[in-house]
Amino acid sequence: MKLLRMKPGHGEIVLAEGDVEVPEQERELIEAFRRELDAGMWAAVPTGTPDGRREAELVKSFAEVPRDAERVIFFPRAAGGAPRATL
Amino acid sequence: MALALGTGAVILVVLVWELLRPTLKDAIARGRESWSERRRLSTSRSYDPGRERRAELRARALLRSCIDERDWAMYRDLGFLRVWGGLGKHERGAAATGAQATYAYLIYPHKPIVAYLPQTGALLSEYCVAFPDPSRPYGSSRLPDSDDVLAKWMALTADERRLVADANMHLPGRQVDPARVRRDLQRLTRWERERLGRADTVHA
Repeated sequence: MKLLRMKPGHGEIVLAEGDVEVPEQERELIEAFRRELDAGMWAAVPTGTPDGRREAELVKSFAEVPRDAERVIFFPRAAGGAPRATL
Repeated sequence: MALALGTGAVILVVLVWELLRPTLKDAIARGRESWSERRRLSTSRSYDPGRERRAELRARALLRSCIDERDWAMYRDLGFLRVWGGLGKHERGAAATGAQATYAYLIYPHKPIVAYLPQTGALLSEYCVAFPDPSRPYGSSRLPDSDDVLAKWMALTADERRLVADANMHLPGRQVDPARVRRDLQRLTRWERERLGRADTVHA
């Protein structure tokens, strides 16, 4: 499993990579995962539907990440863009 | 006695000041030059077209690896993505394909998401949403274009309601020119027709 983070001026960077079945590597993945969530990132897992369409799943903890997921992508949390127009 | 000492002290201070003044002026001038030089260098480093281009290429590769081949072709050829409404977690199953969807979104890089009715082409609203990175590496909080599109796509397909709730909603036309959106919808229709035609030719 790879933990990736989108970064301005760079594209994605690899935060951590490891096998979730290896306890030491899983621990490192969990720590990296928590660091990103603590930094205010959102985490998404690209998935596929049974009918073959691609979509994504937002996850709030490492336990929610499917064990067979290849990637978790972190990106800054959404914020409203332009301010609401005043009446 | 006190008057003489006081006068002496004043004279001493003035003499010391006169001696130090040129040195101080030089030091201040050098400090100013060095500060402006540092500022000039940091400004020229903050935007590097090569770095931005490499970042965008990485972002495009990531986007391509996450979305359907058809959606990737749409983004590559037209510069935007269409996502059917109702694909979010809460509405999943209501509209797995365009056939059942009552509304859809157009995702543009670094522009609001535009909601519209596929059947009539009527524009519904703009959802203004951004993904600013507060750490501002390289001086900017702005993700590469394709990362911005992917972030919107992931948030929309994963939890449509949450993204819509986080966004600022406006009537169509506030930031995205409605004429441009209508042109894009016509381009999309043409693109889909041509793609369908090509697929039919291959299968025939």
